[in-house]
Amino acid sequence: MRVLQIIASAYRATLEEQDDTVIWFTRALRAAGARADVLLQGSAVNYAVKTQDARGLRLGAWEQTHPPAIAEELAALIAGGARVAAVKEDLEDRGIASRQLVAEVEVLGRRSLAGLFGQYDRIWQW
Amino acid sequence: MKDPKSLAFLLMDAPFEQARTATAFRLIDATLRRSVGARVFAYEGAVSLAVTRQKPHANAIHGRTLEEEAHPRPHAWITALADLAREKGVAFEWVNCGLCVDERGSDEAVPAARRGSPADFWKMAQESANTLVIPTR
Repeated sequence: MRVLQIIASAYRATLEEQDDTVIWFTRALRAAGARADVLLQGSAVNYAVKTQDARGLRLGAWEQTHPPAIAEELAALIAGGARVAAVKEDLEDRGIASRQLVAEVEVLGRRSLAGLFGQYDRIWQW
Repeated sequence: MKDPKSLAFLLMDAPFEQARTATAFRLIDATLRRSVGARVFAYEGAVSLAVTRQKPHANAIHGRTLEEEAHPRPHAWITALADLAREKGVAFEWVNCGLCVDERGSDEAVPAARRGSPADFWKMAQESANTLVIPTR
């Protein structure tokens, strides 16, 4: 069974969780044998920007030792065989160019999404 | 009595759910670092921020052990902020809505937190230079 995970809400609790919970969940599903891919939509397209840097959270004397590394998480997902795509219009709305993205993230126009959805048995919108 | 050197905050979100929690803690940290007191009222899900039973965990997906992962726990953040306030010599209060605590069974809180009611928040708001409410969305 092929599953498409659509992530539309970005940076929810990423500092506390040290990752994105849906990307983490997708990696865990894949480790359990699922054929799960990811579509980044809305503000979540920023997850594909390779130069993002979440280091530096400090509260009193407490310092975060492992900040979220979401671009690296996506790269690991791709390296593990997953397909990761981002919506072209949502990237353009935010001024994000293709050259800024993690390698092998696909950029898909909104008009092509129906065709993409047709390739999956389950589509889960997060 | 009004204390021009303190700000009041109301937090409403439960931990580990959204970006507002970390942002709120950063604002409180920045307040204290500028030697301004912070008085926080935790309402609804935010009372769980102070719960000491939050446990760190290893993370197989990250490939890190319990120690390496050093998973954040908001109750430790509250303690760190209380320590910072002490170091700066400014006020720090963390008041959990008591009824919200009862609803959730979240009664094992860090020493820096105490039980209270909306009347405490009203007092904080009256006595502080300004108030920031950060509600759930």
